[in-house]
Amino acid sequence: MKIMPCPLNGPRNISEFVCGGEVVIPPDPARCSAAEWADYVFMRDNVAGVVREWWYHVATAYWFIAERDTVTDEIIRTYPASELFSKRVVFTAPEEASEAGASEAGASGGKP
Amino acid sequence: MPFALLKYGLKREYPAERHFPPQPELKSTYDVVIIGGGGHGLAAAYYLAKDYGITDVAVLDKGYLGGGNTARNTAIIRANYLTPEGVRFYAESIALFKELSQELDFNVLYSERGHLTLAHTDAAVRTSRWRAEVNKHLGVDSELIFPDQIRKLVPSLNLSEDVRYPILGALYHPPGAIARHDAVAWGYAAAAARRGVELHQKVEVTGVLRANGRALGVETTRGTVHCGRILQAVSGSSSLVAAMAGFRLPIHTVPLQACVSQPLKPFLDPIVVSGSLHTYISQSARGELVMGGETDPYGVYADRSTLEFKEGLIAHMLELFPFLAEIKVLRQWAGMVDMTPDFSPVMGKTPVENYYIDAGWGTWGFKATPVSGKRMAETIATGRVPELIERFRLGRFYEFKQIGERGAASVGH
Ligand SMILES: Cc1cc2nc3c(=O)[nH]c(=O)nc-3n(C[C@H](O)[C@H](O)[C@H](O)COP(=O)(O)OP(=O)(O)OC[C@H]3O[C@@H](n4cnc5c(N)ncnc54)[C@H](O)[C@@H]3O)c2cc1C
Repeated sequence: MKIMPCPLNGPRNISEFVCGGEVVIPPDPARCSAAEWADYVFMRDNVAGVVREWWYHVATAYWFIAERDTVTDEIIRTYPASELFSKRVVFTAPEEASEAGASEAGASGGKP
Repeated sequence: MPFALLKYGLKREYPAERHFPPQPELKSTYDVVIIGGGGHGLAAAYYLAKDYGITDVAVLDKGYLGGGNTARNTAIIRANYLTPEGVRFYAESIALFKELSQELDFNVLYSERGHLTLAHTDAAVRTSRWRAEVNKHLGVDSELIFPDQIRKLVPSLNLSEDVRYPILGALYHPPGAIARHDAVAWGYAAAAARRGVELHQKVEVTGVLRANGRALGVETTRGTVHCGRILQAVSGSSSLVAAMAGFRLPIHTVPLQACVSQPLKPFLDPIVVSGSLHTYISQSARGELVMGGETDPYGVYADRSTLEFKEGLIAHMLELFPFLAEIKVLRQWAGMVDMTPDFSPVMGKTPVENYYIDAGWGTWGFKATPVSGKRMAETIATGRVPELIERFRLGRFYEFKQIGERGAASVGH
């Protein structure tokens, strides 16, 4: 049984968690081009080695960050998102810039 | 044919024929280099030689031929997809598959079984009907059937209503088939090699040489190889090799696991898939039950197996076929699959000129081996992307024009 050390709940069975994918800093939706937005939404580094990812504990609805080696399947370190994000990220785009691209991302991104 | 067979039978000696001609040393220049000697790379090499007379081709594989996902899949072949783009594409592959043993003069054990996708919810019944209508519209044989008809096709299936997810109906696709996956790779490889294509195993590509946005060759563990054109066909390693060429892909590499049981007398003719229960099963020519499900829940670059996979799979399988509780699992394995967000492949041109891609085959690419080989060969030989695969271009993600096949590809492979 693989164990995930959750910063909130301590060591738990990894089946209680959902992987949210690479930690990527979103471009400013109000200012970036459609291509930059597509890049953010779809393209991945998909690294063989150490990655930094969002993980989610389903039962407690808690998002945090894990560093993991995708080749050895080892979890190296987990920590609260506040270690990386000290300021609130604002997603609301000004009226005129909110076109199709932004709503697509909301549908498939699903990350905080 | 019967006379030839008789003559052969009356011979005194049966000298073994070499399957692959002996391979020369790796040269420093080729017209075309194909990275990845799985079914896709080998099929592309074959059609380049056969359809276009391009034989100055080297297929490079870091391991052995057909040792990647080509050796690991559960060999399901079908065309009952959801989007018109997908249905047309996979239907052409079935047509090629049917003639493949003849074409390659090598038995790929193509076996038409029929394919059932069980529906346990109203939503799944609706999707089945949708798929059946799209399929029929494009000339692909599929229909929605109900438990009385399912019982006739699979008498051993538990159709009781007294289970957690009773079976309400199924999408029935008579052309659904299985084939011997290794034979597909070996058949293409031998037929390509007979036409002059070189097959180089244990040659890993470690870099892509480029200048002014053009690909010039590859760095390998056996030196630099220059070439006019490159095809990348490395499934689970797609993002790593694309990074060498300097671009990113919408791909996430995840293990997909499968297992087989001890052999049983034949009792299961069709392939049976349950999306809601995340399982599928078919019986091989040897009598083994070939079983699998969804991809692992998170990305790993390793082909390890897990207990969680088997527990989840078998719990659901026993709901469909309770009598299998007595049967032992014989082998288990995994492959690293290249998943795209829309469950459709990425094929055609790339941001690098003369560098072509065949990727994003995820859990569904074995059935596409002939058609992708043929159409990628056409793309490389003519420099034009045929209409059949144009929609699978990498650029679709920048246009937000995904080809959503999740409903038809997430479990049924
Ligand atoms: C368990 C499982 C079940 C599946 N079931 C089905 C199914 O029922 N039906 C279906 O249609 N599909 C199925 N698939 C998917 C299918 O197996 C793949 O999509 C398909 O085989 C991909 O073929 P390929 O030739 O592109 O890749 P592969 O066969 O993986 O070949 C890629 C090759 O590239 C080589 N390579 C990688 N990196 C390098 C490098 N740097 N240099 C040189 N060579 C390199 C590898 O060694 C490998 O041999 C399944 C997959 C798995 C794992």
